Amino acid sequence: MDRTPVIVGTGLSDYPVAPHLDGVQHHVQATQRALADAGIDKSTLDGYVGVGGSGGMMIDDAVTMAEYLRIDHRYIDGTMTGGSSFEFHVQHLAAAIREGLCDTAIVTYGSDQLSRMGRQLGTGGFQRPGQRVAGPIQYEAPYGNSLVGAYAMHAARHMHEFGTTSEQLAEIAVGVREYAMLNPHAMYRDPMTVDDVVSSRMIADPLHKLDCCAITDGGGAIIMTTAERARDLPQPPVYVLGAAGAQTHWNVSQQVDFTTSAGAKAGPVAFARAGLTPDDVDMLMFYDSFTITCLILLESLGFVPRGEGGPFIAEGHLKRGGRWPLNTDGGGLSSSHPGMRGIFLLIEAARQLRGQAGEAQVPDCQVALCAGSGGWLSCIGVAILGAEHP
Amino acid sequence: MSDVTTPTEEWTKPLPTPDDVNRDYWQAGTEGRLLIQACPHCGHRQFYPRALCTSCAGEPEWLECTGRGTVHTFTIVRQMGMRAFRNELPYVVAMIELDEGPLIMGNVTDCDPESVRIGLPVEVHFINAADDVGVPMWRPVPAR
Ligand SMILES: [Zn+2]
Repeated sequence: MDRTPVIVGTGLSDYPVAPHLDGVQHHVQATQRALADAGIDKSTLDGYVGVGGSGGMMIDDAVTMAEYLRIDHRYIDGTMTGGSSFEFHVQHLAAAIREGLCDTAIVTYGSDQLSRMGRQLGTGGFQRPGQRVAGPIQYEAPYGNSLVGAYAMHAARHMHEFGTTSEQLAEIAVGVREYAMLNPHAMYRDPMTVDDVVSSRMIADPLHKLDCCAITDGGGAIIMTTAERARDLPQPPVYVLGAAGAQTHWNVSQQVDFTTSAGAKAGPVAFARAGLTPDDVDMLMFYDSFTITCLILLESLGFVPRGEGGPFIAEGHLKRGGRWPLNTDGGGLSSSHPGMRGIFLLIEAARQLRGQAGEAQVPDCQVALCAGSGGWLSCIGVAILGAEHP
Repeated sequence: MSDVTTPTEEWTKPLPTPDDVNRDYWQAGTEGRLLIQACPHCGHRQFYPRALCTSCAGEPEWLECTGRGTVHTFTIVRQMGMRAFRNELPYVVAMIELDEGPLIMGNVTDCDPESVRIGLPVEVHFINAADDVGVPMWRPVPAR
């Protein structure tokens, strides 16, 4: 029995603006669409994986969603590492499928963040005014840092050590926008230049408004099973070649080095498992919460030497037609970012590896690398996916 | 000992919670003293206060700092929803590298935010958020 783990179905719920759906309904719609895509009955599922993201009134943690969807599972995982949770889930699920802990599992996510909360999240502060704060956040909360500010601190240090510029970071947003223009569902589809980015309003120096991701609604689901079962299913299987995850800190003030990430540890493990190197990768799906997130992932995963990411990006290597096209769905920067984006990296990589990406298709796409960043560049999850059986 | 300011208006920013592990840290702030932890077993120094040494798992002790450090990295926050902070925009949030080693977050006050640079020497001062909570803040070391 060939128990090589594969992705056989994916589904996206309505995005980027879906006031007709609450968070749980995003999970549901994505689940229904992933089951249809995979061509399997819901009763086939014997594993459930997920992480709550809706907040507010909607309770959607793993045990609640397994109950709501009534998945009669014998394997469950609710690992929560922020936006990278889903890359960690692939790591765990790949091992679980190989080991026989389950045969066919679904991973789901959903969020009505935009419709429920509006666009203030990134600068809304972490706590309510005058509120008592306990635990590690009490050493940060009195100072009024924002989510954007936490990433800005990484950008400022990278600029200081390596001479990285705002224009180089802007090239990331511009390249991703070019792909968003090919995605009819993307939140932002107008042409955009480097000048547009660096002249947009400063939110937290040195990050401008257009260095920051969109805030949207959305949800996604993927179905994983064995290569053996995939033979009878309609979609071309997408193989999990290697997956790994690592953590350096959680709260940003515990960051050890503001110019790199736990990708420096997770990347080599994932590549070793896949028997590949960055040279073998055809396209990248990075968690683009902010432009700086992509730069630090690119360097810490070994695609360029540390400190050389800025000039490399400015040469256009991450754009359409470049060496490593980045975020071909338009990314979080321009298409969708509903709270935790990690699952969308996997869904878009699968679309590319199946050869179903239409105008955005990366030619002869055989290997895609997904890198999620959770927290404040805290937990990095890496999943290397392939079109060919390893 | 460093400056301690007791604001006349009520503290409306998030308020830390003294507990068995960090009570001395927040109390020392009200007295103008900055504490970090040092391990008597292995010498490791750490911030924030914890019940164990993150290096050897032993029981850490308090170390009083000089209150001097440099800006390791920072941002100027220009947009913030919470009113207590919105009134102060733009302001600097920085990671300060203490002369004793560890990094600590704080605001850099008493200067033009645009003048802050990585490497800027700073010294601590405190604002009393409550009777038992002195919050460390930072200002540029005056030129001599
Ligand atoms: Zn120790």
